[in-house]
Amino acid sequence: MDAQIKFYQTGTFTVGNRLLAEDQRTVQADMHRTNSLNSGHRACQGCGEALGARYAIDAAMRATDNQLIAVNATGCLEVFSTPYPETSWQIPWIHSLFGNAAAVASGVAAAQRALGRSHVRVIAQGGDGGTTDIGFGCLSGMFERNDDVLYICYDNEAYMNTGVQRSSATPPLARTATTPAVGPFPGNVFGTGKNVPRIAMAHGIPYVATASVSNLRDLERKVTYAMSIDGARYIHIFVPCPLGWGSASDDTIKIARLAVETGLFPLFEAHHGEVTAHTQIRHKVPVTEYLKLQKRYAHLFGNPPDLGRIALIQQMADHNIAKYDLLN
Amino acid sequence: MDKPYAITLDPGSSLANKTGAWRTNRPLYVDRLPPCNHACPAGENIQGWLYHAESGDYEAAWRALTEDNPLAAIMGRVCYHPCEGACNRGKLDESVGINSVERFLGDEAIKHGWKFAAPAAESGKRVLVVGAGPSGLSAAYHLRRLGHSVRIVDAGPLAGGMMRFGIPKYRLPRDVLDAEIQRILDLGVELQLNTKVSNILETMRAGRFDAAFLAVGAHIAKRAYIPAGEAAHMLDAVSVLRSMENEDKPMLGRRVVVYGGGNTALDVARTAKRLGATEAIIVYRRTRDKMPAHDFEVEEALQEGVLIKWLSTIKNIADEGTLTVEKMALDASGFPQPTGEYETLESDSLVLALGQDVDLSLLEGVPGLEIKNGTVQVAPNMMTGYPGIFAGGDMVPSERTVTVGVGHGKKAARHIHAWLSGTVYAPAPKHELATFDKMNPWYYSDAPKTVRPMLELARRTSTFDEVVSGLDESNALFEARRCLSCGNCFECDNCYGVCPDNAVIKLGPGKRFEFNFDYCKGCGICVSECPCGAIKMVPESI
Repeated sequence: MDAQIKFYQTGTFTVGNRLLAEDQRTVQADMHRTNSLNSGHRACQGCGEALGARYAIDAAMRATDNQLIAVNATGCLEVFSTPYPETSWQIPWIHSLFGNAAAVASGVAAAQRALGRSHVRVIAQGGDGGTTDIGFGCLSGMFERNDDVLYICYDNEAYMNTGVQRSSATPPLARTATTPAVGPFPGNVFGTGKNVPRIAMAHGIPYVATASVSNLRDLERKVTYAMSIDGARYIHIFVPCPLGWGSASDDTIKIARLAVETGLFPLFEAHHGEVTAHTQIRHKVPVTEYLKLQKRYAHLFGNPPDLGRIALIQQMADHNIAKYDLLN
Repeated sequence: MDKPYAITLDPGSSLANKTGAWRTNRPLYVDRLPPCNHACPAGENIQGWLYHAESGDYEAAWRALTEDNPLAAIMGRVCYHPCEGACNRGKLDESVGINSVERFLGDEAIKHGWKFAAPAAESGKRVLVVGAGPSGLSAAYHLRRLGHSVRIVDAGPLAGGMMRFGIPKYRLPRDVLDAEIQRILDLGVELQLNTKVSNILETMRAGRFDAAFLAVGAHIAKRAYIPAGEAAHMLDAVSVLRSMENEDKPMLGRRVVVYGGGNTALDVARTAKRLGATEAIIVYRRTRDKMPAHDFEVEEALQEGVLIKWLSTIKNIADEGTLTVEKMALDASGFPQPTGEYETLESDSLVLALGQDVDLSLLEGVPGLEIKNGTVQVAPNMMTGYPGIFAGGDMVPSERTVTVGVGHGKKAARHIHAWLSGTVYAPAPKHELATFDKMNPWYYSDAPKTVRPMLELARRTSTFDEVVSGLDESNALFEARRCLSCGNCFECDNCYGVCPDNAVIKLGPGKRFEFNFDYCKGCGICVSECPCGAIKMVPESI
């Protein structure tokens, strides 16, 4: 997957390609991919989280030769995939509580070790609510004990399942049910929230990475790498939510791509607390391109547009670009 | 207990939940018309043959190309490639070098001796083709492939028409021309040279032909009245270029003036340079942007040292070769108007390149024909007013290029075939155009065009070697792979990958994909993320 592919028609950006050898294509291009999250799930049209979960778990399944157990926090992903008595999961999968996915995963990993099944690997997954807010204590514990779990956070920047309430991953100015776009300070306020990838890095765990559903090869490479090492690992995947963000269902990947290309969602990797690699921006675009596709930012584009606040978001993007050197 | 690891009970599968019921719009795989195909006067399926070239299967690419145009190596040299002007890749970086890949394929075919497949069955019908130029050869090729017996009759000593007697060798080497003509004759097409058809109806009767395709070209040079002294050396472009094929090259002298602004004027001026002229000056009455010649040819000519006097007309030529030239000025409507300012120009010869007329003498006595502005009028099916006689190429109203001629030949062949079978040829309806806004260019990586290496300028002006040389295997492949495959699935797996509901079924190599409408929720991500615009959303019928 790291090989430089000399292919000029579509480079390495498409899912597959008839001109590439099988082993140079993505997991998602495989006719016999696992489809870990199967059809019939009840996610909305154009759900970024459903897509991100299949991308990540299918890649982890291939990397572990299908010896994988997944633990799920409460949230959209859990609710839309397993309404009783149906399940969309085609892998061993367990759900306990909203806040304890990391702790349950630590236990599953300990049980496998006790049973001598060192080849069986464990993934914990949840949304941003279950990860950055409710499950944060268990997550931090899993990190500091360096338990052999890959934790994947699918970040759609609010509590979507319960009706789009603000989480600590909600970005400044975004309108949610609890941060309405009214008054002199519309939307989520500046200066709040937390950056969980950086907090994970502060634990000094072996591997932390950010990924996006718009950069499939990058995402699969990071998951595959994470499954090749032991200890606590964390991957934070950006997954647009058409319902909560007020975007068109067919714009899901486009919005994820714009988040990367504006610099608002930097793609990077860190080993033992240090940033070791980043994914370069191909064509830098201003943040307005990203914001204007989402109704949660519609209050910035009134008559006249709120240029001052848009400039603050541009500053965030520019800060990321400088901090992670995203243009090089 | 034949269950995967850690599964003990049968869970109900979500496959029971047919989420396709949510859908109000459904995606549909389509084939849109690539702009290159749309722009090609010969109706080539360019995207189609590039598709094969991309995988390195050059023979399959050449066979797909020659379904429409038998003259790949010639096209790759003399076509003015309107396809490249229309190419969507031009909006990303630079157009795909379609013409250079075409030439590479044509040269590969000659190198490896690839032949056309013989017709599957003989029809028993006989078709006469008058004129062995691009249009006649193209018609003969297509008619023969459809099983008809074809005879080409040409007045000249060799086949090729204007490709031999109008296009200089430095643009089209004669071994390439001969090879591509021979390949058509090898299909069983008869060729009768040195025979001028003077009465088409009589010739058809005598040879028991069921139909005829006329493509005699436009070989008579147009004249302009220029008062000239007795000893003034005045020639016409057509005969200068024609005599280049003879043993005795035309005597043009050291200072050559060419009058006209078309591609023929440039060909003559560049030929004069190669024959040793120290000065080759083109006199043209309008400006460069109004010049009918193609811009890259003007550029190449200027690089070779050809001089061009814009906004000038020739008033007279004196005995010793002194030309009087009047300066012109464009009026408000863009027409040149005389200014009354004169200058003189010394010359050893003056060549008129003012366009050509058609020799229509073979049509005398044919009832029902309509002749307008010196050309034969034809119906949309290329048939003249006389049933069974079709015409194409330079002798009918059109842009006079090799490619247009080849296109006429193909089109006429299809209509002649239908006419001989007592049916009417109805072309398949054209697909919707694959415009740039229907593409998702994000997925294409950036790559510049491989520029064809140019011969050294000095070498070019002194010899008749080819000016533009070809691609080799590695850069031809590079160039072919720059194709965006506009409007036609190239199996990049994007739709299969990006569906959040696994509702795209991958059918395997060469079989493309289909939708599983039991689960497709109609989100439209596959449409947005299809790089080439080969999927569209349509409303569900309720």
